[in-house]
Amino acid sequence: MTAAVSERLSSGRRGVPLIDGIDKVTGRARYTADLDHADALVGRIFRSPVSHGEIIRLDVSKARALEGVFAVITGDDCPHTYGVLPVAMNEYPLARERVRYRGEPIAALAAVDAETAQRALDLIECELRELPAYYSSADARAAGATLLHDNKPGNIEREVHHLFGDVAAGFAQADLVQEHRIICAEVNHAQIEPHAALAEYDPAQGRLTMQSVTQVGYYLQLMLARCLDLDLSRIRIIKPFVGGGFGARVEVLNFEIITALLARAAAGKVMMQLTREENFLTHRARPQTDVTLKLGMRRNGQITACACEVVQRGGAYAGYGIVTILYAGALLQGIYDIPAIKFDGYRIYANLPPCGAMRGHGSVDVRHAFECVLDRMAREFGLDPFAVRRVNLLRAPTRTMNDLVVNSYGLSECLDQVEQASRWRERIGKLPRGKGLGMACSHYVSGAAKPIHWTGEPHAVVNLKVDFDGGITAFTGAADIGQGSSTMIAIVVSETLGVLLDRVRVVAGDSAITPKDNGAYSSRITFMVGNAAIDAAKGLKAILIEAAARKLEAKPEDIECIGEQFQVGRGGQVILPFAEVAKAALVDVGSITVKGTFTCPPEAQGGRHKGGAVGSTMGFSYAAQVVEVTVDEATGAINVDRVWTALDCGHAINPLAVEGQIQGSVWMGMGQALSEETRYLNGLPAHANLLDYRVPTIMESPPIEVYIVESHDPNGPFGAKEASEGALAGFPPALVNAVANAIGIDFDELPLTPDRVMQAFVERRRRARAAVPQRKAS
Amino acid sequence: MVGRPQNAFALQDYRGRERAMAQTQVEPRKRLLRLNLNGRWREDAVAENQLLVDYLREVAGLTGSKIGCDGGECGACTVLADSQPVPSCITLAVRCEGRSIETIEGLAVQGRLQRLQRAFHERLGTQCGFCTPGMIMAAEALLRRNSRPSEEDIRTALSGNICRCTGYVKIIESVQAATEPPP
Repeated sequence: MTAAVSERLSSGRRGVPLIDGIDKVTGRARYTADLDHADALVGRIFRSPVSHGEIIRLDVSKARALEGVFAVITGDDCPHTYGVLPVAMNEYPLARERVRYRGEPIAALAAVDAETAQRALDLIECELRELPAYYSSADARAAGATLLHDNKPGNIEREVHHLFGDVAAGFAQADLVQEHRIICAEVNHAQIEPHAALAEYDPAQGRLTMQSVTQVGYYLQLMLARCLDLDLSRIRIIKPFVGGGFGARVEVLNFEIITALLARAAAGKVMMQLTREENFLTHRARPQTDVTLKLGMRRNGQITACACEVVQRGGAYAGYGIVTILYAGALLQGIYDIPAIKFDGYRIYANLPPCGAMRGHGSVDVRHAFECVLDRMAREFGLDPFAVRRVNLLRAPTRTMNDLVVNSYGLSECLDQVEQASRWRERIGKLPRGKGLGMACSHYVSGAAKPIHWTGEPHAVVNLKVDFDGGITAFTGAADIGQGSSTMIAIVVSETLGVLLDRVRVVAGDSAITPKDNGAYSSRITFMVGNAAIDAAKGLKAILIEAAARKLEAKPEDIECIGEQFQVGRGGQVILPFAEVAKAALVDVGSITVKGTFTCPPEAQGGRHKGGAVGSTMGFSYAAQVVEVTVDEATGAINVDRVWTALDCGHAINPLAVEGQIQGSVWMGMGQALSEETRYLNGLPAHANLLDYRVPTIMESPPIEVYIVESHDPNGPFGAKEASEGALAGFPPALVNAVANAIGIDFDELPLTPDRVMQAFVERRRRARAAVPQRKAS
Repeated sequence: MVGRPQNAFALQDYRGRERAMAQTQVEPRKRLLRLNLNGRWREDAVAENQLLVDYLREVAGLTGSKIGCDGGECGACTVLADSQPVPSCITLAVRCEGRSIETIEGLAVQGRLQRLQRAFHERLGTQCGFCTPGMIMAAEALLRRNSRPSEEDIRTALSGNICRCTGYVKIIESVQAATEPPP
């Protein structure tokens, strides 16, 4: 399949601004903390001061007795576990009997104001018996280590062993076999909006209304019903504007359940706003990951076999862990043609805040290792980094060994684009000292083809309403968290119906109004909700054409709809404007609501092997990028001068938003590659603010040139696939490869902070001195 | 081990301000504050320890200025005080006596987007939008003192504002677009 390269935005289709953009630039957009909460109580959480311990005594009586305190709750108030995976819910909203990480919620309270709440927190008495705590995967796995969870021997949450093809034969056929151990630090989403929730419980009606920063309101509704023993229908979830997510808010978070429990206990309204420090304690981000990768390669660059061991330090609870470790193995496939793959994955419990899903879920650190090792081995054969990747390309359509379908594949065009744009061939190897070029490829799913809760429902539902006013409203449960998903829905509806964009209004994320949606995760919205929106719009269009035909006394098949005008054939005598057709359609039936759905067929839902559903998707995005760096040998500082990125998103429904998503994801990869790293001192986060946790500022951020490649996926909405995650994983390896090109040092650890770079220079000088024999005095 | 009654794990001053206020057990004194907010003079009785951002959000009801960190780290709360950008989360309200304070809500004139707002909207200088009010106010301060800033000038002026969505590329383009004379 050949992919068309779309015009650059500056010359071609521009796309449209976000339909909620004006609210954002005027300050009118209301995020959770901005909601009216003048009459709400202030919620606060009492957290564990130790990393691992038994709760011997917890006395909240003094806090409860303080004037102005309306509710104090502990683990006794919620006997139910919660979690994102039905098979691995091993966490309580408030600890019961035992705490497993420093900062774990133990008690919570609601008071009239922040000062009273703080005074009450200080009155809580908690006695703990400390247990041995482990802060590294190795320590947690060591023989004789105390178990965090009694049913998990070796503190291993999940082991995965997958074998596809004949790995031994593959290595035997190789001209070169190399094995490298590559370590990636834990990082955090650091979305700029801190977590917040506003819960209102009405005891008279037994109803709970919850407004929160969620990416998946559906999960939140499920978990609140479970933890509060409420009927699902008694709960309403509303998603206000959300200030970024990046995976942080896919799982239901402890503070959300705590806020709801407090609202019920206080019989009223509770506002909970977490500090930035508490955001880091809530965590759920990308784990510290050790990748041991062994590749076999023929002299021409062809990969013959791959063996990969991944150890993820998952933190104290299960969370998303099983899925994360499965993704690490599954997405070794679907990008290159590799005949034999062995994967051994270990998800480890440690006494640290639980990890979870983060942009590029599970795939980023493994892709990083893979692309670094590929470059190192190609170098041994004198192969160009582009050449070694071209030798290993897939041919679409195809099915991978682990049963992932690849229907569209624009990676080859992505490579061509960034090679030309960066003038790679003219410049590689000819840059001055300290400057280097590096490249890498990556891919990601356009939505998990198998949802976590397999209920038999479609993967997505969109309702379209047209009424007497001629306005069209799309109702969706899909959470717009800044990525522009509501704008995408408006565009596909308006294009399918042939109406102006501003005729379409999108109402999203209110469980009382909008249909259930599986939410904003795994880049599923464009593919799944986009297709459902097209389905609904087609249904509505058929109704409108029928109505126009009745009014024009013609057959429906003779009705032409151009723009917002309906007529019989081209150049018809009578032209009906849209509003008139809408009114005609309402005769006898009244307000019209049309439902559209989308379902991933079973053959796209992955293999039969254990964990085979993870990684399955209807379409993969593909990306290639070139990074140019300057390394300062005096300070060890790495400057990223420029980035060229090409991404195959199938079709850019909104090129402006696609470009923004690609730039944002590449840049987030840069943070992980250069400066972002969580660190703990005996379980205490040493970085729990935005100064010590080094998100790149505008000073370090390079120009990022984007090239959109359109491979027109046969199943995507207008051929579209995802554009928000696929490019991230390519940045760290492209950077490490560029640094190797600049200074001749291969780095095995992320991030490449100046101290790591300086240390490498020191070691190289020491080795050079050791290698040169001392001249004897003559 | 006996856990200390407060959250003893804090390396940073965890909710330090609130604790300090709570532990003093004395009501902070209030003072009459007179300032010009988005072009209108107003007077309010405010606690001497009230932060400007809390005054704006809770007293004046202007929630456009955001709180993204625990104090002075992210720039989401940036407002203008006499045309100078200040982080309102580490500025006491009472220090603004007699001054002119401008927030994102004051930029649009009669509902029409101001040049920076229009540029950020049209060029996708905003994605999730949470850093946007602070980012636009910091850029506005720059454009008031330098109508033709270089890219370096823009980077320097916005270096205290963190955005997690855009990679800053379209933010720089937006500010540049706002400096161009209208066609």
